[in-house]
Amino acid sequence: MSHLSSPREEFETVLPVLTNVSLERELPLGQRLWQQGWIRKGLILIVLALVWEAIARYQNNDLLLPSFVQTAQALYAGLVSGELLGKVWISLVVLVKGYLIGIALAFALTTLAVSTQLGRDLLSTLTSMFNPLPAIALLPLALLWFGLGQNSLIFVLVHSVLWALALNTYAGFLGVSETLRMAGRNYGLKGMRFVLFILIPAALPSILAGLKIGWAFAWRTLIAAELVFGATSGKGGLGWYIFQNRNELYTDKVFAGLAVVILIGLLVENLVFDTLERVTVKRWGMQR
Amino acid sequence: MNAPLPGHTVSKPNATAQALLSVDNVSLEYRTPQRVVRATHQVSFEIDPADRFVLLGPSGCGKSTLLKAAAGFIQPVEGEIRLQGQRVDAPGPDRIVVFQEFDQLPPWKTVKQNVMFPLLASKTLKRKEAEERALHYLNKVGLAAFADAYPHTLSGGMKARVAIARALAMQPKILLMDEPFAALDALTRRKMQEELLLLWEEVRFTLLFVTHSIEEALVVGNRILLLSPHPGRVRAEVHSHQYDLHSLGGVAFQESARRIHRLLFDEGQSPETERELDFADIRIAY
Repeated sequence: MSHLSSPREEFETVLPVLTNVSLERELPLGQRLWQQGWIRKGLILIVLALVWEAIARYQNNDLLLPSFVQTAQALYAGLVSGELLGKVWISLVVLVKGYLIGIALAFALTTLAVSTQLGRDLLSTLTSMFNPLPAIALLPLALLWFGLGQNSLIFVLVHSVLWALALNTYAGFLGVSETLRMAGRNYGLKGMRFVLFILIPAALPSILAGLKIGWAFAWRTLIAAELVFGATSGKGGLGWYIFQNRNELYTDKVFAGLAVVILIGLLVENLVFDTLERVTVKRWGMQR
Repeated sequence: MNAPLPGHTVSKPNATAQALLSVDNVSLEYRTPQRVVRATHQVSFEIDPADRFVLLGPSGCGKSTLLKAAAGFIQPVEGEIRLQGQRVDAPGPDRIVVFQEFDQLPPWKTVKQNVMFPLLASKTLKRKEAEERALHYLNKVGLAAFADAYPHTLSGGMKARVAIARALAMQPKILLMDEPFAALDALTRRKMQEELLLLWEEVRFTLLFVTHSIEEALVVGNRILLLSPHPGRVRAEVHSHQYDLHSLGGVAFQESARRIHRLLFDEGQSPETERELDFADIRIAY
């Protein structure tokens, strides 16, 4: 049974070209500035600094809580004399060595896990055993095995990076869609080439998350190890700087050391990892 | 015109040339955690060069599984699949598959790099020649302007076109398509069917196409294999070379569609088809 025709009439419109309506407009300058992450985060830091200064002035005890201005002065003095920068450099060199070795081992372990059943069992067992173990707890053992050199620090750093990164990378590999895997096999990719060209790029968001976590653990562990362990061959790192100045009750220099730890963390997070994300997973639409 | 259906499962080979892809008595099974399920049972068919062969059937008839077996992802439990006489036992770049899902394109490569990817990964061509060939096929599918765009910025139809360009750029022996247009909206689907036929006119590739739509099968294919479900077995093979996108809605087209529907969903023998009345059949009664 068809409907009766509607009382409204049909029509057609000829669409003219729209010239006087702009289809895109730029955001106003204020909104565009606010889009910049570093401006917003910088404002947060400034507010925190002001709060700190206010509390320190209220306490009025230089030994317990130096003010923001005093810490800034100590930081400036340390930077200008080259002492802080030298210690930072020593710490970073050790960190990078341990980080890279940790990445290589995590990659090897995960590739094994992806290809064989034994590898899977090995990965899950080792990770559940060693991941909860704090790296600092291994430091005395490392000192016993590797002596007082850099190697014990590197051992402890590798332990702190390896398990978190391996877990994240493996989870990322498992999350690669079946269609993408089939497409890769369709091209004739097998084995290591398959892992390199299909699995790693597809799992990159998880891998980057693992790298960030691994970096945070490693940096934390390094400073703590240097606090406990001290100098290697007469040259100490940033943790040793903090430890020494605490002993001599230069609390403003302690705060300056801590501030440098924080600043380096912020810099690596925002400069290195954010840029890496922007150039890879965000550009590819794999992560918002 | 209305010949009775062939009583056996393989269409009579009337050409003397060797078939390009021959599926011979293939049974496929797949494992779930609880049991092993037989997806297809003793299916046989042959595809000739420049055929547009369609596998049509309801869900559960194993058509996608058959396509994956032809691509080499699944090993047959019984029977064998041969491509130009050689047995298919692993996936390879001479049988490129166009999948249904949108994430078949690696998102970390631009459109042009995606089309070049199989050429470089299979070491078929050097970088410069691969780039030229990629741009040539991107031109054919109408996406030359988007060569440096990333897949996540493209619409569904454009992604399907990139996947087709990527498959064609390998110049494979056979192009395998697993319901490639099923995830697209109806208007884009029509356009893509038309473009596929135009591409075929130009390039004359051999196509194995899986679909669940009777209309799509009649439009796109020149031979349709009907599979009935649980497990997949060959029900019939039907000609459809006489139809294209302009035949939609025509009388013969509708008749074929009804016949296919009856074959797929009705049990038992097909009724005797009516003979067309001829001039000589008319007797004038006084």
